[in-house]
Amino acid sequence: MAKVTMTVNGRQVSGHCDDRTLLVQFIRENLGLTGTHVGCDTSQCGACVIHMDGKSVKSCSILAAQAAGSTITTIEGLAADGELHPVQAAFKANHGLQCGFCTPGMVMTAVDMIRRHQGQLDEATVRAELEGNICRCTGYHNIVKAILAAAAEMSGARVAAE
Amino acid sequence: MYETQYHRASSVQDAVSRMEAAGEGKYVSGGMTLIPTMKQRLAAPSDLIDLRHIAEMQGITVSGRSVRIGAATTHYDVASAAALKAVCPAICSLASHIGDPHVRHMGTIGGSIANNDPAADYPAAMLALGATIVTNKREIAADDFFTGLFETALEDSEIVTAISFEAPAKAAYQKFANPASRYAMTGVFVARRDNGDVRVAVTGAGANGVFRHGDMEAALVANWSPDALSNVSVDASELLSDIHADAAYRANLVKVMAKRAVAAA
Repeated sequence: MAKVTMTVNGRQVSGHCDDRTLLVQFIRENLGLTGTHVGCDTSQCGACVIHMDGKSVKSCSILAAQAAGSTITTIEGLAADGELHPVQAAFKANHGLQCGFCTPGMVMTAVDMIRRHQGQLDEATVRAELEGNICRCTGYHNIVKAILAAAAEMSGARVAAE
Repeated sequence: MYETQYHRASSVQDAVSRMEAAGEGKYVSGGMTLIPTMKQRLAAPSDLIDLRHIAEMQGITVSGRSVRIGAATTHYDVASAAALKAVCPAICSLASHIGDPHVRHMGTIGGSIANNDPAADYPAAMLALGATIVTNKREIAADDFFTGLFETALEDSEIVTAISFEAPAKAAYQKFANPASRYAMTGVFVARRDNGDVRVAVTGAGANGVFRHGDMEAALVANWSPDALSNVSVDASELLSDIHADAAYRANLVKVMAKRAVAAA
């Protein structure tokens, strides 16, 4: 058994788990944060994407012990003060989900993508960046639309703030 | 996943000591191959020794045209290193097409090389760039490092700590990615030196893993252009055949990817 301590959504948390416990299991079962999903068991689907030290990673392919000491953001950590994050709002406005199972991973991927490209995204880039996330409902079209809308809004907001 | 014991190494020496004390230990860096393999119970190391936090294995240094990349440097960091892009954009482009963004944030160059997956991208770059693989014990020429499918010259407990190479005058990598997995069904890295030397390395296609193609190298030394490859024959008998592509198809892909790479360099 390992004692694992990390910062999750701004709060320091610790828990005991096997050394072989996956980070996604630790997040869901030890911390009770079930917004992060397990979709495939083969590291391909991206439903488990979270941010570790500011970068998108697949929490199903990392041990909790490997993540000890890191700073984690999950889908539950995005909305502030009861207001949806702009990416969440854009998914809602653009109907970027149907069953919703892939959505937490899609949203976390989108936030990371917009940050890395500083909001400067086009459709081809968004589609290429979604390589590691599978959606079996939407055909991706509205997901791409939602990400482009959020990127435009977030870079607009940044310009307004400057 | 079978039970395992996790260790976080603080230095290369600490990692080696822990490995020597372990029963059936494995080093883990980004873990983007090893952890999924363990989940499928295709690997069951008694101990996992984590190299990701070893400071001396991190980072990229470029001095003139000499490049050194720490083995624990992620694909994302290689892809986005401006100093590296200035002297060898081909390796940055290669790194930017490995797996997907989440994999690139974790997976490392040292892990990819030590694993030597026959469809991995980096081994082709190492061979074509004439890179040196630096370990905790010695320096190994890439030509001597990759010895077969998932096989390398590494000894038990030996760790790849860095790779180094001189940036070539021109280089490019082109791959035909499997449409589902994005692994290279065939990938070709070409590099040309100021003195006219050329190296052509092929991944994803060889039955024995990554290899250099001598006839293509000779043709390109004589004439550095895609057309120079038109009459070079690629022997299909030493290529992989599987449900994705048979050997004859891969033989054609080797030539097409090589031509594209020369055109792009």
